[in-house]
Amino acid sequence: MSMVKSKHLLNIEDFTNDEILAVLENAKTFKEINDRPIKKLPTLRGRTIVNLFLEPSTRTRGSFELAQKRLSADSLNFSASASATTKGESLIDTAQTFDAMKVDMVIVRHKYAGTPYVLTQHMDAHIVNGGDGINEHPTQTLLDLFTIQEKMGRIEGLTVGIVGDIVHSRVAGSLAPALKRLGARVIFVAPPAYQPVVPEELGAEVSYDFDAVLPELDVVCLLRIQGERAEGLSVPSIREYAGLYGLNKWRADNLMKKNAIILHPGPMNRGVEITADVIADPRTYVLDQVNAGVATRMAVMYMMLGGEAGE
Amino acid sequence: MSSLLLKGARVVDPAVKLDVVADVLVEDGMISCVCEGGCVDAPADAEVLDLSGKVLLPGLVDMHVHLREPGFEYREDIESGTRAAAHGGFTAVAAMANTNPVIDEGAAVEFVISKAEDLGYVKVYPMGAITVGLKGKQLAEMNDMVKAGAIAFSDDGAGIQDPLLMRRAMEYAVVFDALIVAHCEDEKLVDGGVVHEGLVATRLGVAGAPSLSESLAVARDIELARLTGARLHIAHVSTKESVELIRAAKAAGDVRVSAEVTPHHLVLNENALDKTYDTNFKMNPPLRSEEDQAALIEGLLDGTLDAIATDHAPHAPHEKELEFELANMGTTGLETALPLVVESLVASGKMDWSLLVERMAHGPRKVLDLDLVTLEAGSVADLTIVDPEAEAVVTKDWLLGKGKNSAFLGRTLKGLASDVLVDGKLVMRDGKIVEGE
Repeated sequence: MSMVKSKHLLNIEDFTNDEILAVLENAKTFKEINDRPIKKLPTLRGRTIVNLFLEPSTRTRGSFELAQKRLSADSLNFSASASATTKGESLIDTAQTFDAMKVDMVIVRHKYAGTPYVLTQHMDAHIVNGGDGINEHPTQTLLDLFTIQEKMGRIEGLTVGIVGDIVHSRVAGSLAPALKRLGARVIFVAPPAYQPVVPEELGAEVSYDFDAVLPELDVVCLLRIQGERAEGLSVPSIREYAGLYGLNKWRADNLMKKNAIILHPGPMNRGVEITADVIADPRTYVLDQVNAGVATRMAVMYMMLGGEAGE
Repeated sequence: MSSLLLKGARVVDPAVKLDVVADVLVEDGMISCVCEGGCVDAPADAEVLDLSGKVLLPGLVDMHVHLREPGFEYREDIESGTRAAAHGGFTAVAAMANTNPVIDEGAAVEFVISKAEDLGYVKVYPMGAITVGLKGKQLAEMNDMVKAGAIAFSDDGAGIQDPLLMRRAMEYAVVFDALIVAHCEDEKLVDGGVVHEGLVATRLGVAGAPSLSESLAVARDIELARLTGARLHIAHVSTKESVELIRAAKAAGDVRVSAEVTPHHLVLNENALDKTYDTNFKMNPPLRSEEDQAALIEGLLDGTLDAIATDHAPHAPHEKELEFELANMGTTGLETALPLVVESLVASGKMDWSLLVERMAHGPRKVLDLDLVTLEAGSVADLTIVDPEAEAVVTKDWLLGKGKNSAFLGRTLKGLASDVLVDGKLVMRDGKIVEGE
């Protein structure tokens, strides 16, 4: 039996609070296994998982692939460059093709919002959203929550600042509502052009003033700003953005709580939203996030597929 | 010619202050009498239709329809589109120019007119493009199209971005007293938005188009109409700010401006969209907020908005069953408009049948400068008969148009057209299309 009610993980709201906490609990076990010399479990032996990555991705795709290998699933990679979509095959054709091949699960990354839902309408497989457009990225949220829980010992009662290009970020779209649901306070810190249209819909407060907010934060989650959208239009220049919203050594030393932590989903732009010396700050847990990513994704796939028919 | 006696319907026409049960005698394509208390002098051989319990109205006109022919016949053509129009209770439609080739010269206008005469179930009034190829660069030959019979001019499908070009178009239109139908959309401000910039953009995680992308263009075009004296009609108004601008312009009284609203903007708002990303709710302008919806209804009731027009936009499945951001924009509307209005506005008591006639028959004819169809002797017998109790579930089979992309699929609608007469001839009888000989 699947250990989560929802067949798919399209949006973070598909998992209840208890299910999210169960993912974090299971991920803890998997994380220990990842520290062993032999990092392999037979859990998903005989199950087939397709990584349908229709937009470039290195860390998310690598993380899912490793997670699958460590659970002994058979996986198939289908990437944008090799894809039929470039030959004019529609998404629905692609979905039906993999459906005919009888796969158990599809991890999908796509440039456009809502694509994972479209797949559910044309396939029997479980669908996991690996990031859709500027909409959501639920497994990133789960690994962020894992890291926060691990480093801070709790989620409830924390104040989390999400700083950067929020409106164009699928990370914030999943993370903010999940944090809110689990009892944290969320503040979006960015100039107006980077704020979502209705931040309250995501459960967040809004600030334009990083320096005013930073002393209150227990977790600083930095997002990258999208270069091509940035200079001259959304903000006058990268330099000016970094001056106002970049986390530099001075801010980290003088404004940030001593026990606060710094997260970044990557890829990082050094000198823009974060400086190299802050990356080296012991309060920065970017690589722990990457490490937690594999364990968390193992937990998600295990809970969605583990023990299903065939076992 | 034959005569037809329409017996016992409630006959409604505010233009002749009529709302009464009466018989209507149609002879040689014209109304020959409207008689309260029964027609006694009807010819003995007249065909008799018992319409008791039904409502008889001047024929409805949809002044904003994409018939797609020539060029996109896989979506809709003049025959299928006018069939859908008759099914929905319309006796005439105005056809938009964004075909392939574009209707931007007299010969193209003549093609649509002659095709419609041969195959059309209802009357078709073609609009011509304002600019060559709808490219927004160079004025199309308006005189050539006026002579061929173009009813109005529009680059509908995209807004004219260049204010100077719009000024010149309006100035030139004054020469013919031609109507300019403006698709008001500032593309820079749209900035890739595919839904309303509001709750739904955040909820769905897609880029939004702000209300201002419409209202700024509405403001510009009203000022240009004021400057040039042109007749301006604002297509598919969707925001409260646009309603306010049009209301103010009408109150000022120094601009010739009219406006329309679609049934889907009257009965839906952005909340129709959820994380199932149903592309049948993707249209341009997008479904806006609840407040906008309320302002549109208010504008319709107080006369700021002159007409209900569907913006019937049929698409093929492969153009809609796509990622939301890639899918074509638009919903069909011809077959659902009347019952939606009956249900949400008439049955709910917001408007009476007389006002429905104003907004769906007289309003569009006035905007298009056509003779009104009135329920009195001597008027053309273009008539719509509504059965307020008739219901249907909107399914792909029930829709007769080629495009099945309705935002109302699955919905049960009440208050359907039962019979439609065009020039005294039944094109629909008891909900069934009367096929040509």
